[in-house]
Amino acid sequence: MKISVHSMLIALLCASAAAGADVVDERLAAYKAQGANGFSAAAGEVLWNRSFKNAKTGESRNCAACHTANLRNAGKHAETGKVIEPMKPAVNPKRLTDVKQVEKWFLRNCKWTYGRECTPQEKGDFLLFIRN
Amino acid sequence: MMKIRYGTGLLLGGMLALSNVVMADGDSYSRRGKSADVAPVNNTRYAKECGSCHFAYQPGLLPARSWRKLMGNLADHFGDNAELPQEDAAAIADYLVKNAADRSNHRRSVKISDSLSPGQTPIRISQVPYIVSKHDEIPARLITGNPKVKSLTQCQACHSRAEAGLFSEHEINIPGHGPWEDD
Repeated sequence: MKISVHSMLIALLCASAAAGADVVDERLAAYKAQGANGFSAAAGEVLWNRSFKNAKTGESRNCAACHTANLRNAGKHAETGKVIEPMKPAVNPKRLTDVKQVEKWFLRNCKWTYGRECTPQEKGDFLLFIRN
Repeated sequence: MMKIRYGTGLLLGGMLALSNVVMADGDSYSRRGKSADVAPVNNTRYAKECGSCHFAYQPGLLPARSWRKLMGNLADHFGDNAELPQEDAAAIADYLVKNAADRSNHRRSVKISDSLSPGQTPIRISQVPYIVSKHDEIPARLITGNPKVKSLTQCQACHSRAEAGLFSEHEINIPGHGPWEDD
């Protein structure tokens, strides 16, 4: 009995440790199915820091404005000032563990930053940049 | 002898019971038999989805019609995009509407509701007449001119127990200034 409880625990621990990788891999496969390919963390980083002028307000927006350019650091919401926990799963294990959350934030933040949804290619690049 | 002991025991027991009450109810409201000014947030989905970007404003701070209007346009949420999957948006709207100011008996929810005419549907809590009147004597330099406050939307910056739905003026601590007594 003891052995089976132990092995169950170990299996659970392994499953939770691998959860982050699973979500990213699952998303990349889904984006591929939508026509994207050849994902690149470097391309994700370039887009992360590239500024876009908002059509309505004229202000310049990019991801780093709220999340900072170093994904190991905590950021700050542009309007409310609320702390945004670091993006890197290595320092914040809760990141990239929930597909629903990942897609929710892509939808909101791409629309806010670029005035449109991100393409599957862009989302894949971002996920690699954030995870790696 | 027995009787005295019994009496002492009773007295001690009574004192213990009293001190327990005081310890359990650390805030003066509970001791005076009053509840929070507005009901604290008790919905994890709301706390998570809305509280990740800003202070999780209690539903009792706006009337139901205001929450319906606000939740009907999350794509333009005060200039930000706060879109949610339909299922989450519906559940959160339901929670906000059912616990809105005009459906609550909490002291300040009633005052908020009473300060609005039926035709008024503010989506900014900071524009509710009761909230405006409670803050109108505070100089701008302590709010908008105060880098640690910035705006009336930052309840928790000065109301030290805002999260518990407590907005008593005795619990105000304005950053860089200190307590504020309205008189």
